[in-house]
Amino acid sequence: MSDHHSHEEPVGITSPYAARIRSIEALLLEKGILTEPEVQDSISYMEARSPANGAKLVARAWVDPDFKALLLSDGKAAASELGMAPKHPAELIVVENTPEVHNLIVCTLCSCYPRAILGRPPDWYKSFEYRSRAVKEPRAVIREFGFEPPEGGEVIVHDSTADVRYMVLPMRPTDTEDLSEEELAELVTRDSLVGVNVPRAPSRTGHG
Amino acid sequence: MTFEPGARVRVLPSEKPGHVRTPAYLKGKVGWVESLIGEFPNPEELAYGHSGLPERPLYKVGFRQTDLWQDYIGPAEDFLYADIYEHWLEPERGTT
Repeated sequence: MSDHHSHEEPVGITSPYAARIRSIEALLLEKGILTEPEVQDSISYMEARSPANGAKLVARAWVDPDFKALLLSDGKAAASELGMAPKHPAELIVVENTPEVHNLIVCTLCSCYPRAILGRPPDWYKSFEYRSRAVKEPRAVIREFGFEPPEGGEVIVHDSTADVRYMVLPMRPTDTEDLSEEELAELVTRDSLVGVNVPRAPSRTGHG
Repeated sequence: MTFEPGARVRVLPSEKPGHVRTPAYLKGKVGWVESLIGEFPNPEELAYGHSGLPERPLYKVGFRQTDLWQDYIGPAEDFLYADIYEHWLEPERGTT
């Protein structure tokens, strides 16, 4: 997983939204409603969140059935157990992919996303196109991301309309029995946590 | 009005303006209560600086995709869950 942040603004370009937020921030600081350390704490908190957190949860669930049961029954407790206690009060529900069921997460109303675990959502997740198409033609959307939903299986869409945030527990790829938990975590992509794709076993080179 | 898991419900076709957490494509649609998620301050009040109290029950509601979209491409088993507040649901007594 790369340390680079693709969401940083290009230097020297400030969008009207960024300018507006900076003005609001300055006013809140001036009026004493927020303090500079609080703003820094919040930025640090968000910057520490990334899809790598979700990957750790998934990899642990793949190797530890008890942890998997906890993750599926109480997502926040499972996250806390791995030292990523979510500050946000929203519920975290983790939904499990199986050979029969493939799950897809969307927020049609805005861009609800388990930020408290995974950090900021990708831009496409917030796009009108994704939000409108994911509920209406989920199979086509998943296919465009590069995965063919299993024939004869169900596709279940979860529209996070309210106070719950959703994350997918993808299936462990076959042919990964010899991988460590850390190696497994590296297979878990952000896209697979949203359900637009699935983790894949590392390609084996050198086979005769 | 509380709903038990399995209850058939219809999403109210209300045009209530403001910060409403019920998506337009589900209004008037029939589904089933999967589970009660919990009780939360009403976001329609919370968004405007009110307390949102009393808390409102929030249900996970399932819908068959073929009931949502006439031209849905996919098996009849595909479905969608959305989280809907109780005050947006009414019992569905239809015979289908």
